[in-house]
Amino acid sequence: MLGYILRRILAVIPVMLLVAVFVFLLLRLTPGDPAAIIAGDMATPAQLERIREAMGLNDPLHIQFVTWVGQLLRGDLGVSLISNTPVATMVGDRIAPTLSIAVLTIIMSVALAVPMGVLAAWKHRSAADYAVMTFSVLGFSVPVFVIGYLFILVFSLQLGWFPVQGYTPLSAGLGGFLSNAFLPALTLSTIYIALIARMTRANMLEVLGEDYIRTARAKGAPERTVLFRHALKNAAVPILTVIGTGFALLIGGVVVTETVFNIPGVGRLTVDAILARDYPVIQAMILLTSFLYVLVNLLIDLSYSLFDPRIRY
Amino acid sequence: MAQVPQPTSAMQPVLRALRLPQLGLGSKIAALVLAIIVVLTLLAGWIAPHDPLTMNPMARLQGPIEGYPLGTDNFGRDIFSRVLIGGQLSLIIGIATAVVSVLLGLIIGMIAGFFRTADAIIMRMMDALMAIPSILLAIALVALNGPSVGSVIAAITIPEIPRVVRLVRAVVLSAREEPYVEAAIALGTPMRKILVRHLVPNTTAPLIVQGTYILASAILTEAILSFLGAGVSTETPTWGNIMAEGRLFFRIKPELILYPGIALSLCILSINLLGDAARDMLDPRLKKRAG
Amino acid sequence: MLKKLTATLLASTMLTGAAWAETTIKAVMHSGLRVLDPVITTAHITRNHAYMIYDVLIAQDSEFQPQPQMADWTISDDQLTYTFTLRDGLTFHDGAPVTAADAVASLNRWGQKDAGGQVIMDRTASLEATDDKTITWTLTEPFVPMLDVLSKQSALPPFIMPARVAETSADEAITEYVGSGPFRFVEAEFQPGLMVVYEKFDEYVPRDEPADWMAGGKVVNVDRVEWVNMPDVQTAVNALSGGEIDYIEAMQVDLIPLLEGDPNIVVETREPTGMQTMTRMNFLHPPFDNVQVRQAAIKAITQEPVLAAMVGNPEYYSVCGAILGCGTPLENATGTDTLTQGGGAEEARALLEQAGYDGTPVVLMAPTDMVALATQPVVISQMLREAGFQVELQPMDWQTLVTRRASQATPAEGGWNVFITNWMVPEISNPISNPMLNGRGNDAWFGWPTDETIEALKEEFIDAPDAAAQTAVAERIQAHALENGLLIPLGQYTLPQARRTTITEMINSPVPVFWGLQKSE
Repeated sequence: MLGYILRRILAVIPVMLLVAVFVFLLLRLTPGDPAAIIAGDMATPAQLERIREAMGLNDPLHIQFVTWVGQLLRGDLGVSLISNTPVATMVGDRIAPTLSIAVLTIIMSVALAVPMGVLAAWKHRSAADYAVMTFSVLGFSVPVFVIGYLFILVFSLQLGWFPVQGYTPLSAGLGGFLSNAFLPALTLSTIYIALIARMTRANMLEVLGEDYIRTARAKGAPERTVLFRHALKNAAVPILTVIGTGFALLIGGVVVTETVFNIPGVGRLTVDAILARDYPVIQAMILLTSFLYVLVNLLIDLSYSLFDPRIRY
Repeated sequence: MAQVPQPTSAMQPVLRALRLPQLGLGSKIAALVLAIIVVLTLLAGWIAPHDPLTMNPMARLQGPIEGYPLGTDNFGRDIFSRVLIGGQLSLIIGIATAVVSVLLGLIIGMIAGFFRTADAIIMRMMDALMAIPSILLAIALVALNGPSVGSVIAAITIPEIPRVVRLVRAVVLSAREEPYVEAAIALGTPMRKILVRHLVPNTTAPLIVQGTYILASAILTEAILSFLGAGVSTETPTWGNIMAEGRLFFRIKPELILYPGIALSLCILSINLLGDAARDMLDPRLKKRAG
Repeated sequence: MLKKLTATLLASTMLTGAAWAETTIKAVMHSGLRVLDPVITTAHITRNHAYMIYDVLIAQDSEFQPQPQMADWTISDDQLTYTFTLRDGLTFHDGAPVTAADAVASLNRWGQKDAGGQVIMDRTASLEATDDKTITWTLTEPFVPMLDVLSKQSALPPFIMPARVAETSADEAITEYVGSGPFRFVEAEFQPGLMVVYEKFDEYVPRDEPADWMAGGKVVNVDRVEWVNMPDVQTAVNALSGGEIDYIEAMQVDLIPLLEGDPNIVVETREPTGMQTMTRMNFLHPPFDNVQVRQAAIKAITQEPVLAAMVGNPEYYSVCGAILGCGTPLENATGTDTLTQGGGAEEARALLEQAGYDGTPVVLMAPTDMVALATQPVVISQMLREAGFQVELQPMDWQTLVTRRASQATPAEGGWNVFITNWMVPEISNPISNPMLNGRGNDAWFGWPTDETIEALKEEFIDAPDAAAQTAVAERIQAHALENGLLIPLGQYTLPQARRTTITEMINSPVPVFWGLQKSE
């Protein structure tokens, strides 16, 4: 078991190294000149050349790559080309809104989607089942920004229940945080609920057909116990997996909802950096989000053994 | 892992899926809606009352008026015509992405599944590619390469490939253990023949299902890219860039988001429903469960 | 790195929610502040930031006249020596007094980058701090617009920084943000592109005169100003309606109806001269290396549809063919009939035929992420096509455009043929500092015209003995600029501002300023 955990952790290294190579090549092999951004509007070619030389942009690619990875390993994410601010500071300033809304989204999604999926499987082919299935397909089919705008239109502008935009940190009180974070989290949740409800339903259907469920029912176990104690516990592994793979969807959604609701998070930071060609920020953000993705999925993999005693290593 | 159908009968489920009477009511409606959208889009050039590019800035942001059933946008262009024509490029981007990512994924997955030596390297690369959030990767690809149709297709395709590769590899791995493939290898059948004759048919069914999902998500991703400012020029309207351009006017002219949004959502909804139906039919295990 | 992250995380949570009892203005500006060095970029947001935290020697009033700000001046009879004397009580935010040496260092750094500054530096015999309070600037030949250039508010006004900061190479961005202006920059709360915080600088001593544009007393009546960036104007409008913010610098005219009828909100034009939007062609590459083709492009364009698509409500735009701007002392409309009234398409086609235009596609760069520049290329491409041009509209983000417009390569190899940009009218109202009228080839602004006539005309303008003579030269400059296609003016517009009625006594000025105003609770 311990060996397995160690092996899984070590397997992260080559993946992250490859991510680093991809990100590096992506930024270096496409047109665009970081020196031009540093030099400002009125730079002459000679000034540009001096800056390029100073930044090491004239070195061979592999040297540049090694230098960069060396900096990363020392914990140096670099300095923004545009604002001269250390990237670590920029990310630190802006990660709290993103994380808190992401966590709220996951809590809301799981709280809503799992019961929906269980209900749909339990009342297979009933109106409730079709309603859940329709919702879950719909969640995949409507662009997240359209959902966001519809929510703003209805809940903020017409009903006046929530502020239109903005972010209040958790430290300023749960009420304030929720009033700002609820709509973005709900918007983000739609696709996640769709995904989890679908997966829960499918796996519950499968498990409910198994012999031990029939045995439990035959023994006269209450339906609630059958559903949640026996069935859901065994359906938990694939549900967990989908939360992990859905993490990528969440990141995509965060980028969009932060724009719609004007949340000062890392999603907007990244998009702004891409549009402004702020290379160190782009590199750092893609690496960090990838690392987070790998980490979440690693944790989920490792927690399988907790949920599914059948998995042995 | 999914059960693997016998190679000789590999095409049968596909053919079965194409037989409409077998479909449920929901799928029939979905097929009908999709057919209507596709036909309207194909005939857009004849149906559209106006050239989608002809502008009249002096009559902009009008409500529905005569000759302009959905009103005009901020350049005074006909929204109805733009939504109709916009479907063309949205669908082209979706289809191109689905085809290219399935084909590339098939080839890479075959190699990974069949050649042990290449497997580890390819799969680590795919893991890495999957770890990069697809939206960020796509925006970066478009922003850095310029927002042409080609680079948008490439940007949406690349993040989709790893999923196809994993699927193909898994099918190939389980198929190569099958007696008939082992027999073929033992008989010295050329590798190319084994791949094409035995392994490709096995992957056809799951790839069709996967392809429909990619098609749906590509149309959606195009819209999100446009929304974030990394889409195709509005000179060639897509559902995505019509909405992106309209979002500044959301409160005074919600039609600019509403109508392309409805068209796009209906289209994706139908494709997803048909994908689900195809999966249920092609996957005998699920079919058994459902029956 | 994790440690660093947690530390900054903690710091940021602790800082939020500070300062409740103070008067705070929350303002949404036209874009996010990212670059803090006002010498290295011409971005307006950076210039506006600089006016918050730095002060200037002399400043422009609403009559476009130079007025004393940090210093007053005397001019020697031979017009060669300018002596500036710093007024009393000037202090940097770190407590050090402002000295003439600081001013000299700042002027030297600015003089390397600003177009007008370069002209002065070319004619400078010496620029010295003769004592702590006195700056003596000696020229090699008289330069009549000297004070106009020093007092101008853009593209780069000469802001005064401490000498140690001003000694930074002009190619590198400064890393210390200490000024002597009426507000202090709160570095700990700066989030690039998102939020800037200023606090009132208590030791600032304003002049006694009333504030007038950038001149006069900068009296600060609020404790704190926060500039918040929002992804689009619509979000800002929603926030203003909800009282979450106090002020929007640049409204989108289409969205004004959303605020009408709200008694707590005023939409108004801060400054009537407004902005000029214009087209620039690239003189280096076909087809615009041919003057007849450039003339054809001018004839092909009619201003009103461009302005209508961009602004919408005609109250906020006006057709204007004057390259030095309408409503300015040198306004002149020679040769602009087709631009302002239309009907030039036939002439354009004829000119193209004469020029032997062979259908070379015109690469038109269209920024998609700048609302104020997104619509013009789309409308213009249609007009050019109607006149017989082949147009390739290339969408790109603004940053790409900025990088690409600096490329002299052929359009096929990453260069360009045409792009559109906007200027504040005061920036282009003087032929010396108007970047379009620089005809020095490679040293000219993007587009690189080599135009000896315009250079000669500018010399004539500099030497003009009086206002009447200047006006006469300006008329010839206007005629020549359009004949040679140095630019295609597309008209003028104003982006009104919106404020909650709790803010009163805002100063009318092309640069949005936060001194003078009051905020009631």
